[in-house]
Amino acid sequence: MEHPIRGRVWKFGDNVDTGQMAIGQYTRQGVEVYSAHCLENLRPEFSKEVEPGDIIVAGKNFGSGSSRETAVLALRYLKVGAVVAEFFSRLFFRNAINLGLPVIEYINTAQINHGDVVELYPMQGKIVNITQQDSYQVQVLPDHLMKIIQAGGLVPYLEQNYLTS
Amino acid sequence: MGAGMTLAEKILARHSGNSRVSAGDIVWAEPIIAMMDDPLGPKMIQAELRRLGNKIKFPERIVVISDHCAPPSTILQADLLTVTRNWAKEYDIQRFHEYEGICHQVMVEKGYTRPGELVVGTDSHTVMGGALGSFATGIGSTEMLGVLITGQMWFRVPETLRIEWDGILPDGVMAKDLILSVLGDFGSGGLTYRAAEFGGSVVQHMPTDQRFCLSNMTVEGGAKAGLIPHDEETMDYLWSRLSESEFESLEPIAPDSDASYCDKKIYSGSGATPMIALPHNPANVHPVTEVSSEKIDQAYIGSCAGGRLSDLIAVARIMKGRHLARGVRLIVCPASRTVYQQALKQGILETLYESGAIITAAGCGACGGGHSGVLGAGEVCISATNRNFKGRMGDPSSQIFLASPLSVAAAAVTGEITDPRTFI
Repeated sequence: MEHPIRGRVWKFGDNVDTGQMAIGQYTRQGVEVYSAHCLENLRPEFSKEVEPGDIIVAGKNFGSGSSRETAVLALRYLKVGAVVAEFFSRLFFRNAINLGLPVIEYINTAQINHGDVVELYPMQGKIVNITQQDSYQVQVLPDHLMKIIQAGGLVPYLEQNYLTS
Repeated sequence: MGAGMTLAEKILARHSGNSRVSAGDIVWAEPIIAMMDDPLGPKMIQAELRRLGNKIKFPERIVVISDHCAPPSTILQADLLTVTRNWAKEYDIQRFHEYEGICHQVMVEKGYTRPGELVVGTDSHTVMGGALGSFATGIGSTEMLGVLITGQMWFRVPETLRIEWDGILPDGVMAKDLILSVLGDFGSGGLTYRAAEFGGSVVQHMPTDQRFCLSNMTVEGGAKAGLIPHDEETMDYLWSRLSESEFESLEPIAPDSDASYCDKKIYSGSGATPMIALPHNPANVHPVTEVSSEKIDQAYIGSCAGGRLSDLIAVARIMKGRHLARGVRLIVCPASRTVYQQALKQGILETLYESGAIITAAGCGACGGGHSGVLGAGEVCISATNRNFKGRMGDPSSQIFLASPLSVAAAAVTGEITDPRTFI
């Protein structure tokens, strides 16, 4: 039984673009600065109140727009445990995997409420909603992506697979 | 269901060493060009590259272009340019450019983007290169680090959606209006994980300069690539930009006539009308006529979607002999120095100047909120750029309407959103 990712849910809608997670004007001022403004146009309290392990649950097309990896770095800096969305923009999806942020596609995120406590089991393809005493089946990521995530991201994966001493 | 391959499948097959691939396959492929820009390039990867052995597998495939921050408006932007410049020098990158314009435009002007090839870049609008029949797509910085070290990356072969416009495009309607219609129909995530492939008589008769806008904005629908199979027009465009030996070495690829598409959509090109995307979503699209009389503060021409020569010519056509509305500013940011020079020589810049426009240095400008025309609190801008996300061009309370260069010019003249056909 894998160790779950457990946290409180922060709920967002459709089409949350990377420019909301890493706002253009702040991205050159360092991760501490842009993370402090992360998602503030959608939920002003987010960066102040998010706790380590908390989980973002969103609708369609999460992470649309710019290819900026700072969007993932901001979520990681704030210690977000994972993102669950109906589907992701392909750039955000790849960036998240490459930086070791678990991303899970689940078609029916409308069932999950803001503030719910959930447990995620990415390798088993399962989400357990503790608050609602319910559980949902989700797809397990393909093998080659699981290997990158298990290594902790693309850099540690490359270290293990391409570079020998 | 055909048995042939789409253009996306054929290009990914070639560059992954397979004779055949199908949508859904995972392949490891070798990009022929790996392009980095200033915000998401060397600065983001230099430390890890050094730590991981400091060796680039195919240095001759690397292109570095500083565009977002040039010319800089802050010390932080200036320092980012310095870091990028020094990195290119240290790794002896032959194809390094700065102050020459937007990376995607420089890529096509210099002939780096070629049909049948696989191109990746650290900017989402890398898809613009698809207009030359190249599988060009955006990647993140860490992904680029992997490409630098290994020379390859994984791709899930995308399904392809074929989109055609038949008939003849009416005067007053531009490529921007067509791609906005597609985004409006499919939604901002409607093309996710897919490749779009464009065709039909309207595209056949469209100059490459305008085709770039179609491919560029496919990423606003989430597409992985926005492909236009090469034709005579493509080869003419390349002929004037490549050396004879480079041109001779091209190996363009055409989609099979019995290729298998996940969906096919045919629009009436003759029935197309000017469209506009309302804040804060590029897929929130309506006919311009439904939004007219909305007052504007700024009209903006520029970006890798709307700052090319044909765009500036369209603006000048409306501005000639007219002047900006009182209290409105028109900012024109050419997509590259080459575009700037061509517009200068053709007298376009003079026409724009006389109408009251401000011409800025070539580059990304205010499109991403960088510099040279960012928006203050509550301001309204009509823009020929590609994104109108909340706060994209400045203050989060500002509003961006995305429209064709003709529609932007029409609004600059009247001070409110206006159907450009009234001036034609």
